[in-house]
This record gives sequence, C-alpha cells and structure tokens, in this order.
Amino acid sequence: MKKILKYVVVDIVQNKIVLIYTFLLLLISLSVFNLESNSAKGLLSLLNIILILVPLICIIFSTIYIYNSSEFIELLVSQPLKRKSIWISLFGGLASSLSLAFFIGGGIPILLYHADSTGFMMIAVGLFLTVVFVSIAMLAAGMTRDKAKGIGLSILLWLYFSLIFDALVLFFLFQFQDYPLEKAMVCFSFLNPIDLARIQILLQMDISALMGYTGAVFREFFGNEIGVALSFVGLFLWILFPLLLSLKRFNERDL
Amino acid sequence: MITVRDLTKTFVKLKALNDISLSFQSGECIALLGPNGCGKTTLIKAILGMVVPNTGSIEFKGQSILGQWQYRNLIGYMPQIGRYPENMTIANVFEMMKDIRRDSRRILDEDLISSFNLNDLMHKKMHTLSGGTRQKVSAALAFLFNPDVLILDEPTAGLDPLASERLKEKIASEKEKGKLVLITSHVLSELDDLITEVCYMQEGQLAFHKKLDDLKAETGEDKLSKAIPQVLMFQSILI
Repeated sequence: MKKILKYVVVDIVQNKIVLIYTFLLLLISLSVFNLESNSAKGLLSLLNIILILVPLICIIFSTIYIYNSSEFIELLVSQPLKRKSIWISLFGGLASSLSLAFFIGGGIPILLYHADSTGFMMIAVGLFLTVVFVSIAMLAAGMTRDKAKGIGLSILLWLYFSLIFDALVLFFLFQFQDYPLEKAMVCFSFLNPIDLARIQILLQMDISALMGYTGAVFREFFGNEIGVALSFVGLFLWILFPLLLSLKRFNERDL
Repeated sequence: MITVRDLTKTFVKLKALNDISLSFQSGECIALLGPNGCGKTTLIKAILGMVVPNTGSIEFKGQSILGQWQYRNLIGYMPQIGRYPENMTIANVFEMMKDIRRDSRRILDEDLISSFNLNDLMHKKMHTLSGGTRQKVSAALAFLFNPDVLILDEPTAGLDPLASERLKEKIASEKEKGKLVLITSHVLSELDDLITEVCYMQEGQLAFHKKLDDLKAETGEDKLSKAIPQVLMFQSILI
C-alpha cells in the first residue's frame, strides 16, 4: 500500500494545479490578514473563503484526477495488489497532498497572524473539509464511467453543499415556522459537512448568532465542548461513509 | 492449473460469457480464438480478477480467486491495449512494476527488454510512444517477473514482423520450461507452430476445446486456419 501511495503523492505534488492552488491560498490568506486591521476579522473573512474555495478545488481536482488515473488503476488491478489498497492509496495520496497544499497555503499564514485556539481550529476544519471533499469526489468518480457525468456530478454536489442546502433549510424554516424546529435543525446541520465546519468555527469564536441559523441553534442545544466534539464526529463520518461506499463500488467494478 | 466453472458474466444487456467451463494445465500453450466480441478478453479479465463474474467460479491451483490477489504474483499479463500513466517514462514504469512486485521474489527475466532494444528508449515518456512500442513494453512487462502463467491478449497485433518473431521465440522457450501460456489472436497462421490446444468461443459460449493434434487428425488439415472452419461447419450440421 505504501508503494502505491508513494507514486500517487509524487505524481500529484508535481501537478501544477496543486501548486497554483497552494499559492492562491497563500496569496488570499496573506492579503486578508494584511487588509484587516484586526486579525480576528481577517480570520473571519478567511473562513468564508475557505468554506467556498477548499471544497470546490478538492472535489473537482480529485474527481478529474481519479478519471485521469484510469490507466494507472487498470494497470495496478492486473498486478498482485489488493483492490482495497489501490483505492485507499489513491484516496490517501489525494487527501495528503491536498491537505499539505492547504496547510502551506492557509495554515502557515494563520499560524503567523493568529496562532491561538481559534486559528488551530480553523486549520483543523480546513484539513477536515479537504479530506471530506476528497472522499466525496471518490464516490462521485466511482458512480459513473463517463468523465463528463462524473465531473458534472461533483460540481452539482459542491453547489448543493455550499448553496442549495442553505436555501433548502431556509425554505423549510419559513414553511414550518409555526413549529418548534430546533431539534430538526441540529439534525439537518449534520447533513452538510460545510455547515458542520462553519458551526465548528463559530462555536469557537463565540459569534454563533452572526452567521447561519443552524450555528445558533447548535450552540443553544449542545453548548461549546460537546458541540465541537459532535461536529468533529460528524465530519469524520462524512469522510468515512463516502469512502467506504466508493470502496464497495470499486471492489465490484469491472475494469 | 486454472479451472473455470460455469462462468457467466452479463454487461447491462449483453451476455459476454455464458456458462463457460474450462480447465488449463501447465506446460500447455492454449490459443483462445473466436470472432470479435465473443468474450475472449472478458474471460481473460475474469481470470485476472479485473472483471467480477455474476455466477460461477475460477480456481487457480485449486483455490478460488474470488477476492484473492496473491495469485497474480504468478501471472504475467499483456493487455490488448496497454494503458500506462502518460507522463511516466518507460524506465519509471519498469521501476514501478519492479517495486510493486518486489515481494514475489522472482528472478527478473529481461530478455525481451534487450531483444526489443527498449534500453535505448528508457527515457521516453509513455505518451510519446507509438502503438507498437507500447506493445513491446507490455510484452516485456508480462515476461519480466518470470511468472508461471502468461496471459497474452493479441500479443503480436501492432508489432513489426521482426519483433513479433522474437516474441514468438520467447513464448516457445517459456512453454518449453513448463509454463502455461494463454494466447488470444486473430492471426491464425502465426499460431500453428506455437500452440498445443485450441479453445474456440462463440457469442460467449465455448464452441470447442481440443488438443491441436486431435483437431488436425479429425479434420485432416495441417493448417489451423483451415481446420477451424471445418470443425465449426461440422458442428453446425450436427445442431
């Protein structure tokens, strides 16, 4: 497994898009911290950028990468290797190299300008989001053989998680505003990893009421510590489930 | 060595393999023949575990291959169309494969690398290679780990006459060493002096599986290209 992982990581690190992504993140985070007089404000602006940009780049890059490695996968499957280790290595390679890119691009500026518990939380959340969206990309790419369909599916998924989901939740809220919906809202927030990540940071920053309804409810419902722990569990499940599901599909797939 | 029992594989609507039962012994060189789309490649891929059959079983040295992977240490596979990571050089590909199969601890057999003159091309990237050179790389990789079983899917398609002759010599010498060689090919004439058994498939079913000598004796023909149509005609009369 280590052997394949090595080849995947070397291949991705050489890829120019990952380098551009790293520099873009670096540029954005440095300029955000330099523009705002208060680094806490900078962190908040950075949060919004990270919540949009990281999932988008991770899901699309990973999906395209998996489709482009179809030759590599085909070659490996005919060799004495477990299918499971091929797929997990691919996931591991993507997750670790994109995480590294995020850490260099976003993590280091955060550590430089705002190295407190909120900053650490932000890095942790960014890394989690990276891995979650790699995992979702593995699932999207495993669903269909058609590259265009697969990439379209991953764009739709990103759109759903970052825009449509919130719209749906708001719609739901307005439709049923006569009923107590707090418990339902907490459940809903677990259905979206980006929401979970946002809640995580907002709980940490004590400004939960500022952004997103779910954040406020979450805080009210769980309080800080349990809320943070539970949303980490939620993010972890978001890594595990798409990955296991895609692994199951890959094991049954004909190449 | 390899036993296939009641193998069936259906792709969406197409029945690629329909209740196939076969067994191959080591020391034989078997030609897997049949018209295009009759399921030859699907059968080979099923043996390699690349295609997962719907029903039936495949045994390798008496053990079911379902979910197994170690058995592939003993197989060298040359695909019909070799697809390799495009931005690797030939040397990278060879290194990677040696790295992946290091556990098999086999003596490396680099005969084909030298007889195809691949050493001069080692620095070239895979996407710059011609179809024939790719085939040479595939062939060299299949033989590299000195496997007990060689599975060659259309080995000579796209190779120049000289290279194809060298490959045939190599196949013959490996057969002499008691290895099982499984070849699919469309060019019947070049198989005559190489093979010992013939499997003929039609529309996913096995039409016949005979020793070459029996086949020749039955039909009275010396050439494979003439013997096979005769057997098929005979069979269709019977049905």
